[in-house]
Amino acid sequence: MIVILILLVAVTGVVGWWLSRQRLMSKPWLEAGPVTAFPQTEASLMHPAKIGLGVFLAVVGALFALMISAYVMRMDYADWQAAPAPKLLWLNTAMLVLASLALQGAVSAAHKARLDNLRLALLAGALASVAFLAGQLLAWRDFAAEGYFATENPAASFFYLLTAMHGLHIIGGLVALGRVNVRAWQGARSGSLVLSTELCAIYWHILLAVWLVLFCVLMGWADNVIDICRGLLT
Amino acid sequence: MVDVTPHGADFIPAAEVAEVELYHPHSWWTRYVFSQDAKVIAIQYAGTALSIGLVALVLSWLMRLKLGFPDTFASISPDMYYQFMTMHGMIMVIYLLTALFLGGFGNYLIPLMVGARDMVFPYVNMLSYWIYLLAVLVLVGSFFAPGGPTGAGWTLYPPQAITSGTPGGQDWGIILMLVSLILFIIGFTMGGLNYVVTVLQGRTRGMTLMRLPLTVWGIFTATVMALLAFPALFVACVMMLFDRAIGSSFFMPAIVEMGANPLPHDGGSPIMFQHLFWFFGHPEVYIVALPAFGIVSDLISTHARKNIFGYRMMVWAIVSIGALSFVVWAHHMYVSGMHPYFGFFFATTTLIIAIPTAIKVYNWVLTLWRGDIHLTIPMLFALSFIVTFVNGGLTGLFLGNVVVDVPLSDTMFVVAHFHMVMGVAPIMVVFGAIYHWYPKITGRMLNEAMGRFHFWVTFIGTYLIFFPMHYVGLVGVPRRYPELGDTAFVPPSVHTLNAFITVAALVVGFAQMVFLFNLLWSIRHGRPAGDNPWRATTLEWQTAGTPPPHGNFGKELPVVYRWAYDYSVPGAPEDFIAQNDPRPLTQGGPA
Repeated sequence: MIVILILLVAVTGVVGWWLSRQRLMSKPWLEAGPVTAFPQTEASLMHPAKIGLGVFLAVVGALFALMISAYVMRMDYADWQAAPAPKLLWLNTAMLVLASLALQGAVSAAHKARLDNLRLALLAGALASVAFLAGQLLAWRDFAAEGYFATENPAASFFYLLTAMHGLHIIGGLVALGRVNVRAWQGARSGSLVLSTELCAIYWHILLAVWLVLFCVLMGWADNVIDICRGLLT
Repeated sequence: MVDVTPHGADFIPAAEVAEVELYHPHSWWTRYVFSQDAKVIAIQYAGTALSIGLVALVLSWLMRLKLGFPDTFASISPDMYYQFMTMHGMIMVIYLLTALFLGGFGNYLIPLMVGARDMVFPYVNMLSYWIYLLAVLVLVGSFFAPGGPTGAGWTLYPPQAITSGTPGGQDWGIILMLVSLILFIIGFTMGGLNYVVTVLQGRTRGMTLMRLPLTVWGIFTATVMALLAFPALFVACVMMLFDRAIGSSFFMPAIVEMGANPLPHDGGSPIMFQHLFWFFGHPEVYIVALPAFGIVSDLISTHARKNIFGYRMMVWAIVSIGALSFVVWAHHMYVSGMHPYFGFFFATTTLIIAIPTAIKVYNWVLTLWRGDIHLTIPMLFALSFIVTFVNGGLTGLFLGNVVVDVPLSDTMFVVAHFHMVMGVAPIMVVFGAIYHWYPKITGRMLNEAMGRFHFWVTFIGTYLIFFPMHYVGLVGVPRRYPELGDTAFVPPSVHTLNAFITVAALVVGFAQMVFLFNLLWSIRHGRPAGDNPWRATTLEWQTAGTPPPHGNFGKELPVVYRWAYDYSVPGAPEDFIAQNDPRPLTQGGPA
């Protein structure tokens, strides 16, 4: 459970930082008046959808942190046999990086009102993501061809579980990205299109980060880090 | 009093009608069924939760009948008993309490109390309810599936949850249970995003965090916790579903079933499930308790006509309970075996949680101190919550210690403990809150005589059920046993007590029928309530009409000038000052 606790410490840090700026020391029973300068509220000026996405990504982070926690817990058992991750994952990782970069390009194109570039970048992001998913399916096939079925050993089961959950999140994102694509090709640039593009980009960046962590764990590079953490705890 | 009005603000501009685009219903279907109005969604959530809760109530009667009169009810087999037990626990904890506090009260009260017109993502909010309903229907469906619902216990511990000795283990029961939970979590996440972002972004002008009613603080913190804790249950459910459906071995060790039948699994870890489950399971206790804490604070302050004592401390306590509850989960696993240092760590954190909790209890009592206490029905329920919560919490101190927990863990003492602290106490708040806000929701008061009958029978009755159960546990009667038979260590008095508890449970159950009748009867026949029958300060009582119309506040959003607890302010013309009352304060209250 080390991994989830590390994530929780990070979340607590963000929440604590935010709370510390909320005048928690004020004495509301001694105050009267509208407090804030009009017409703003004291709430953040960020768009609610961005905050909603941020909270959702914290939930996604907790989900993956818990799965990695279980993985690490299971690795600790004496009978653990690591399964070699397929080489294809390298290519897939590159695809996901490309998707993320393309969407970042889309955001800057949207801000500069370059509609053509925006359309191309959105399409490239979606195609690269589809390529990533196809690559993951091929990786599953390679993995199974080497004899690692989902029921073969716990390491293989975890491989399928982790990649499947990540893939499902990409598919969910693709539904949203697909709609943004359609809107971009149909109409002109609008405030809501810029916002949707930004939301997609944030989502993809975080899912890329999640994938990089998963990649490290599946390739076995994280073992040293985990050993150090365990050494600190015991 | 400090006037915190910013300089130069000599007039207050009208609030824009719609900062968040308002959804408008066009037909009967979109107004009452597929509605995106948080108030309608709240009522849908509450209605569904109470209906499925009624099923769980009936299951508890059947269990009690078997325990109290095993010979008369020999037709209830042990398998059926386990199924009743599992479904009772699961429904009460997740599908009733969690859904009712967050989906029901959260949806109704958050937008009204923070001064918003609706949740920030109304469409997602609507989806949240329909996915919740689907989860409930899948759960109900498992009663009719071949083999019946799962009987694995509400904790669903593997390996027994998916072996053929457990009812539903190799049939549809466990699969439907897991699918239902997964759906519930997806639906809850959608709702939860709304509750959090609405509190963060939807607040009206002047409504700083420290002016929020404690109800909102409780629901808000509980939602944040639930969003971080439910993924653990989600992961556990998905992994167990893999084990059951495709034969992987996340949780299943190599095991021989029924003494002769080796299962294909190999190398899974049941302890891993326990860690995941309780990483969700312990915060879940506070996911239910924190909204109750918040609501009870508001009930006590309103009905004692006195400002809440130590508002700041209450807020800090809610937040610190929320944070601490994530590092105590393993105290549910003392009997699973662990390193003594871990046991020491988790016992310590468990006992530390008692500090913020005790602060809250002291503050409630000090709020009552020299207050103008009106013994209305919501107040009676709020007072009974304090008593019940303290009682249940004290036995928690016993069970939090490893050496005391180990002998008591598998006895009825634990059943008595968590029913007091997590069953009866929050349900008292649910009742109090329903009696308190029903006039706002329907425009009519609940019937007073039926309400008082309901309160006294429920309050005294639950003590008659659960106090004797502590003694039954202390003499060593194990929990999870459908009948005791002729066991040497069980004295005959236990059988008498069991029969007594069963009768008390049936009487309490009858009182709940009276309550449900009252809910329906008063919609038509209750006394008209007016806009603010309790003379309360918070914004939901200052709406444009009762029940509040679509958009909640008419043309202009309210502006908040003060905190939520200005009761009995010296020098004020009335004994309460609403949060949106703009009258400037002099030293002694409004001029």
